[in-house]
Amino acid sequence: MSLEERLDDLEERIEEHILDELCEECALVRERDELTLTVPRDRLLEVMGLLRRKAALGFDQCIDVCGVDYAAWKRSEWQVEEAPNTGFSRGAERDEPLSPKPQSRFAVVYHLLSLTNNWRLRVKTFLDEEFPAVDSVVGLWKSADWFEREAFDLFGILFKGHPDLRRILTDYGFVGHPLRKDFPLIGQVEMRYDQELGRVVYEPVSIEPRVNIPRVVRDDCRYTDGVAPRAEEEEADG
Amino acid sequence: MAEIRNFTINFGPQHPAAHGVLRLVLEMDGEVIERADPHVGLLHRGTEKLAEAKPWNQSIGYMDRLDYVSMMCNEHGYVGAIEKLLGIEPPLRARYIRVMFDEITRILNHLLWLGSHALDVGAMTVFLYCFREREDLMDCYEAVSGARMHATYYRPGGVYRDLPDQMTRYEKEHLGSERELLYRNRARGGSLLDFIEDFTERFPKLVDEYETLLTDNRIWKQRLVGIGVVPPERARQLGFSGPMLRGSGIAWDLRKKQPYAVYDQVDFDIPVGTNGDCYDRYLVRIEEMRQSNRIIRQCVEWLRANPGPVMIDDHKIAPPPRAKMKEDMEALIHHFKLFTEGYSTPEGEVYFAVEAPKGEFGCYIVSDGANKPYRLKIRAPGFAHLSAMDEMAKGHMLADVVAIIGTMDIVFGEIDR
Repeated sequence: MSLEERLDDLEERIEEHILDELCEECALVRERDELTLTVPRDRLLEVMGLLRRKAALGFDQCIDVCGVDYAAWKRSEWQVEEAPNTGFSRGAERDEPLSPKPQSRFAVVYHLLSLTNNWRLRVKTFLDEEFPAVDSVVGLWKSADWFEREAFDLFGILFKGHPDLRRILTDYGFVGHPLRKDFPLIGQVEMRYDQELGRVVYEPVSIEPRVNIPRVVRDDCRYTDGVAPRAEEEEADG
Repeated sequence: MAEIRNFTINFGPQHPAAHGVLRLVLEMDGEVIERADPHVGLLHRGTEKLAEAKPWNQSIGYMDRLDYVSMMCNEHGYVGAIEKLLGIEPPLRARYIRVMFDEITRILNHLLWLGSHALDVGAMTVFLYCFREREDLMDCYEAVSGARMHATYYRPGGVYRDLPDQMTRYEKEHLGSERELLYRNRARGGSLLDFIEDFTERFPKLVDEYETLLTDNRIWKQRLVGIGVVPPERARQLGFSGPMLRGSGIAWDLRKKQPYAVYDQVDFDIPVGTNGDCYDRYLVRIEEMRQSNRIIRQCVEWLRANPGPVMIDDHKIAPPPRAKMKEDMEALIHHFKLFTEGYSTPEGEVYFAVEAPKGEFGCYIVSDGANKPYRLKIRAPGFAHLSAMDEMAKGHMLADVVAIIGTMDIVFGEIDR
């Protein structure tokens, strides 16, 4: 079976078993030959359990779990919209307020793979900004153990029911969650060996943050089948 | 009566068998392991965070440094994801070059794995044999990219440049005779493809050589057979991929099941183990080297017969040729824009996985339409494998931990990222 046919098949089965029978609030999107199922946070464990156990779906491997922080979504450091009239700014703007975007600030993304049926699925669930917590899937896939620890470490997302939720990648005694968008790239502390104390000491960073190439969000016609989105809007207006 | 307590020992991070910077806290009952708790992250460099602050192309070099013994396969995973996001496909010749170098990388990786695994278990000679062949393959890297290891050769839209017509050669040194120079340059008279073909002719015999040292070796078998057994259902559950999964008897290979580049046009077989122990995984990897050799031969043949472009002709993504820049204003603008701002991708998210030598290496990219990734998540195979350490080592002796770390093919560059 080709990839297309397999995806059609999977799409049908998910619609039948999950969207119709189990959880109507779920949403299934197909884009670039990939299926994404968005699940409300409180229904996650139910849906995942079905994906794992139902032989017709058969997702026997959890390939990856990761967090995403949407705080800086679509924020550019260099405005290009008004540029033709006002000219480009030379430096990068840095201090715009962080604005939570798609649905809410945090998301957890699971990548599932079925070895028996040879198909993949991305499951996505959005979490609150104040208390990002979701049920752990370690009971379903043992491989999620370390992936969830990593998401906890880097994003501060809590996984309820995880057997051993410790930091994994950062240093012992590290403070903060480094992949959050409000964590600076240069970090918070630097360390050096102190001759007098005879040990390594941590101090606040002394270097200045610097942007070499500003972040630019462009909606030009390069990738939209030759029609610029703005041109479309003008047509609609006029 | 004396109180009996479990004994806790620290294995690494400075232990030579820890393959880098693994700190393993082992709870022992005598010489038997009760619990193994790997502490990772000592090589954490924040690759994912750094990638968020750089234009797309500037992060390719970081991919080499993830799993630093299978460099180009990592590049393939990242570059492939960007291509999927942009909706472009590189020219056929570029895809053949990629497959050829992916397989060269697989041999490079398996040779290092074999050498160091054997060294850990106590066989010194294999290590020297393996590094002899690695030298030749790293020269191939050097010939196409100028770097022996961290090549940054794959780019979105193709590869950086076509294969060179002349293989790199040794030059006369102060020491060393004329005869030695001739010997070292013996296969380097022609193009890179000639050199690779010569290598593929020699290589199967060399694999036989490694096998005479190990496969029927009594000590080797005593150290590996029945150690770290993973039944197929556990291998699935633990998120294994690559040779770890195939060693447990599951015939799964992304190159066959979800082919990318031109893997659907080359002919090769997938070796599968039966017992799921360290010895089976050793046999699987040995056979994979032979199969890689087969693929390389097919690619060399195809590449000889089919010249053509190796980069797409879209200068919004790939830079124009140097000569064109000198006379064409538009080409100069393209060049300037590409190297100052880079290109912006459409909004969306993709996951693209390749069969790296260690297993499934995937890149999950979220883009908001900027010239930098919004979020890049690297799915490293070793991360899932190492998380099974506790389960695999439980009930084994301390000396077996070394064999189990060896069989997992652990490299900390990709685990700690």
